[in-house]
Amino acid sequence: MEHGLSTEMWSQNWSVADPAVIVGCAETPKVASMDSFTPLPALLGGGLIGLASALLWLGNGRIAGISGIFGRLLPPAQTVIWRLLFLVAMVAGAWLASRAFPSLGVGGPAGRAAGLVTAPAWTGIPTSVWLVVAGLLTGVGTKIGNGCTSGHGVCGLARLSRRSMVAVAIFFGVAIVTVALTRIV
Amino acid sequence: MARRSISYLATAALSGLLFGAGLYVSQMVDPLKVLHFLDFGAIPSGGWDPSLAFVMGGALIVMFVAVWVGRRRPAPLFDTAFHEPAFTRIDRPLVIGAALFGVGWGMSGICPGPAISLLAFLPSNLWLYLVALFVGSYAGSLIVPSGRAQQAADAAQMPAE
Repeated sequence: MEHGLSTEMWSQNWSVADPAVIVGCAETPKVASMDSFTPLPALLGGGLIGLASALLWLGNGRIAGISGIFGRLLPPAQTVIWRLLFLVAMVAGAWLASRAFPSLGVGGPAGRAAGLVTAPAWTGIPTSVWLVVAGLLTGVGTKIGNGCTSGHGVCGLARLSRRSMVAVAIFFGVAIVTVALTRIV
Repeated sequence: MARRSISYLATAALSGLLFGAGLYVSQMVDPLKVLHFLDFGAIPSGGWDPSLAFVMGGALIVMFVAVWVGRRRPAPLFDTAFHEPAFTRIDRPLVIGAALFGVGWGMSGICPGPAISLLAFLPSNLWLYLVALFVGSYAGSLIVPSGRAQQAADAAQMPAE
């Protein structure tokens, strides 16, 4: 069987933590195909993310890097209030958008919430452990690497930062390899 | 006081609102959507989902213009300076950090923005990931005091507040 392509693979390796939430995946397992390619919402959503980053940059001179905003919530951060406001508003923004555009959906039509992934079955690792390890690696990595997909990926690349270019190449490359290694049997 | 003005905070809130909306509209809050982009092994058979590249592209086009505009201004509207990272050297923490993040991202299909935005939908196990993210982030700052330049810059601006 080709990697990640059969319906079998889908249900084994791409299953979500809460199948009841994403009915489409649980009941009618299907492989990703070009059907799932959504260029227009992707471009529009990307444009909104760009607009948000532009606003924070031109208004407040701050980089809209989520790991940085999140990772400086505790003292000795000097500017906690705007960070908290930004993050709370971000959650609200996602929620409001899901009400405004339910047909776009998250992981399925009609605005159903996305579930987190489960650990690949072949590893024998419990999903909770898998997600904790992923969270820890992402937390440590974005802290010492000074940024994530937004800070390096959007703001850094737009600033033509060499550090960001290197970071983006590395985390995309490593993530692609990680998926290739973990999601095959 | 400039930084804590109403305009400053309103800008932060509006930016957050747009950011979260963008993450939803682009469907990047869906871990499977992200994993299907990262699954390059599926390219030959047409099972690959290139959407994420379009998200990045859309965001970059807008932000690129914003940076261009910002370069022609002495300061942002509601603060005295652009907080551009002064540190430009490609060092070991950057490389190792990006690699660790890549592993975490590839394992979960979520990065910090989508993970926090998912609080709007509260999928099961989200709290596990978020607590780990928080712990990891603060542990990271103890292991490698990175971004020293930026922290120093922040500290230097303290008296101005």
